[in-house]
Amino acid sequence: MSKNSPIHSTQLACYHCGETCRDTDIRAYEKHFCCEGCKMVYEILNKHDMCTYYDLNHSPGQSQKIAVRSDKFAFLDDTAIQQSLISFKDDHHTHINFYLPQMHCSSCLWLLEQLHKLNKGIVNCKVNFERKEAAIIYDHHLINLRQLAELLTGIGYEPYISYHDLGRKKPVTDRKKIFRLGVAGFCFANIMLMSFPEYLGIDDRETQLMVFFRYLNLILSLPVFFYSAGEFYISAWNALKQKFLNIDAPIVLAIWVTFARSIYEVVTATGSGYFDSMTGIVFFMLAGRVLQDSTHRQLNFDRDYTSYFPVAVTRIKEDASSTVTLPDIQLNDTLLIHHHELIPADGIITRGRALIDYSFVTGETMPVAKEMGEIVYAGGKQVGGNIEVLVIKEVAQSYLTRLWNNDLFKTGTSNENSFVHGLSRWFTWVVFAVAIAAGAYWFWQDESRSWNAVTAVLIIACPCALLLSNTFTNGNILRILSRNHFYLRHATVIEKLAGINTIVFDKTGTLTAGTEMEVVYDGKPITPQIRKKVATLAAQSTHPLSKGIAGWAGQSLKDPFLAFEEFPGKGIEGMVDGDLIALGSALFITGKTQNDEASVVYLSVEGTLFGRFRFRNHYRQSVPMLLRQLQTCFHIAVVSGDNDGELPYLRKLLGQRSELYFNQQPEDKLEVVKSMQQEGKKVMMIGDGLNDSGALKQADVGVAITDNSNNFTPASDAIIEAGSLPQLYQFIRMCKFNQTIVMIAFVISILYNITGLYFAVQGTLSPMIAAILMPCSSISILLITFGLSNLASRRLQLS
Amino acid sequence: MNVIILLLIASISVAGLFLGAFIWSVKTGQYDDEESPSVRMLFDQKPNKK
Repeated sequence: MSKNSPIHSTQLACYHCGETCRDTDIRAYEKHFCCEGCKMVYEILNKHDMCTYYDLNHSPGQSQKIAVRSDKFAFLDDTAIQQSLISFKDDHHTHINFYLPQMHCSSCLWLLEQLHKLNKGIVNCKVNFERKEAAIIYDHHLINLRQLAELLTGIGYEPYISYHDLGRKKPVTDRKKIFRLGVAGFCFANIMLMSFPEYLGIDDRETQLMVFFRYLNLILSLPVFFYSAGEFYISAWNALKQKFLNIDAPIVLAIWVTFARSIYEVVTATGSGYFDSMTGIVFFMLAGRVLQDSTHRQLNFDRDYTSYFPVAVTRIKEDASSTVTLPDIQLNDTLLIHHHELIPADGIITRGRALIDYSFVTGETMPVAKEMGEIVYAGGKQVGGNIEVLVIKEVAQSYLTRLWNNDLFKTGTSNENSFVHGLSRWFTWVVFAVAIAAGAYWFWQDESRSWNAVTAVLIIACPCALLLSNTFTNGNILRILSRNHFYLRHATVIEKLAGINTIVFDKTGTLTAGTEMEVVYDGKPITPQIRKKVATLAAQSTHPLSKGIAGWAGQSLKDPFLAFEEFPGKGIEGMVDGDLIALGSALFITGKTQNDEASVVYLSVEGTLFGRFRFRNHYRQSVPMLLRQLQTCFHIAVVSGDNDGELPYLRKLLGQRSELYFNQQPEDKLEVVKSMQQEGKKVMMIGDGLNDSGALKQADVGVAITDNSNNFTPASDAIIEAGSLPQLYQFIRMCKFNQTIVMIAFVISILYNITGLYFAVQGTLSPMIAAILMPCSSISILLITFGLSNLASRRLQLS
Repeated sequence: MNVIILLLIASISVAGLFLGAFIWSVKTGQYDDEESPSVRMLFDQKPNKK
């Protein structure tokens, strides 16, 4: 170590959000901040002596670079809107639930629950971390709803209020299964306890006590029979109504037979019945169901366009602006659309220049410039300045919302057909056959035992082992997948995933990362001086292509002599330190139209053509690898709303067999998936935006991809975090293992069943053996399913 | 032997109380958020400096 000079990192991390500070001037109390927004949050917290926020976690905040428009929450002054958002109001206090997507760490939790220190009007704030919700009680004499929203925004937690929240009551979470499980567990454990004397051979002299135990068991089994097992009755009945025999039907039969025989035995004082087995099996099966269904409460798999639309927009009427809720927007209203606001209804631009980002609706990467008089469609996001739009179609009739009027979105989920049901049906017939055979045999041999034999067979051979192995395997696989950031909506998706043979990808946002662009220059070599000048000129424009070029060219000149003019839709031209530089379309620079395959910007210096910049989508790093891997087992297709500029690259990546579709409208995407299904393919669709939502719904498995699971994703069967996309192949393989594991567990349980049947057909099934067999088989099935699924996940190198 | 019957009734009632407590805790939403309570209890209440 010859040189020991300390190298001071020139990169300062923002004290609030941890991002690199480009500017060293923004500081307060000897702490550096990346932007004014972050500094402001710090100052607010410091003023109220709440800097514990920063002690709990290192740089816990979120970047505040993008300032929130000051009158963004003006619509909260509207009493009608207030009424539909708040959950309770009395003379003093108002209760409201806010969804705060920025919430992510213990600091957030701490700060939000200390909210009352920031404002006296806040009575209480209780955070539900999993849902990222804050239930706030405030005194509406001291602070109003708008101020509250602005206060939260001020400290970096902007509440997300969408059209979806309007007037909709929170769905009550269904806890019935948990109650049923609790009751079943209680009864099962007590019945086991009461049964011990009988197992161990109670003294004959204690008949009175024995009878007492038996009747106590009978009483304890009543809640299980009538309440806990109701879960299976309902499910079996619903399936039967649709003329479908699911696995619950034979289980219900077994429960009834067991219960009836047990009562008969107790009443006639011929035996102690099988209350312990019956309650035990109900308990284990319910536990499996609860495990399988306890999916991801924090994720929402049912979003439609309403979750993306704002609650209200600004309407201009006779030069005065007012807030109007979305359903109240009428034809010929003039709406003021602010920077970064979503256009809620189709309309014509009447003032201002629009630059509209349709990436969400159509999948096009580039924002589109629109002039006055042109039509803009709902769902586009204005990224330029403020514009005014004359509404030509109401919200419900708009282009985007029409997609949801498609019949597809109205029909409920179809019949859940699982291989388990088929297997259980087959199994049930076999059991019936055995039961009848055993009954017939004993009818000839010893009539008194035939009834016993038949019921015993039915009791011991119910397909509960199959249901157990299925639910527990499903539950565990769901857990393994979610540990790897692949969240399934429901356990039935596992089986659907295992069955797919075609994968359809959306391009923008799915294969490519967001709207990031790669800039490639070809043409005459550019000197560093010219490069700086190009950077200087490109930096003048807010057009995304200019921004891309500015980023490519790097540093711009300091204090240049500059005169420039921007020609909307064409390009930009300017004098930079004596050189006339122009950037723009082929027509603008060369005077001729060119057939370019992708977004291309031409550069000329002093009137001579220098070269061109090509904009390529930036593919996620893992994509080539993943596609190569998937190609070997699946039919791959790419459906994109973008132009076909990427066709050669994708063709090279995917080979000749793959299908590539470009310039696809949302409906077209849906049709592509539909036609594939008509060919008999099982399709998995992976997409990210509203434009894919039709296809996601139509596909056998729709997977929404997101960079952050807190972000909004369209309705889908599963959500995958972008970082886990490379493991998609492993995830599918894991789902395929599901069936194998269930089968293995099932075969083992059949071995138990055969042992049980051995006793049962002889009519000598003692309660003791039944009591030992049942928990043994249940618990070993649990161990097997857990062991095998964890082994599988380790072999696939999933965490 | 009556004492056993008495004991059994007592034990089942105690177990019943716990079942009741469980149902109550689920009903009041104590399992809705499994994350924050574990963090919340670790926060110190700072003594007021002012």
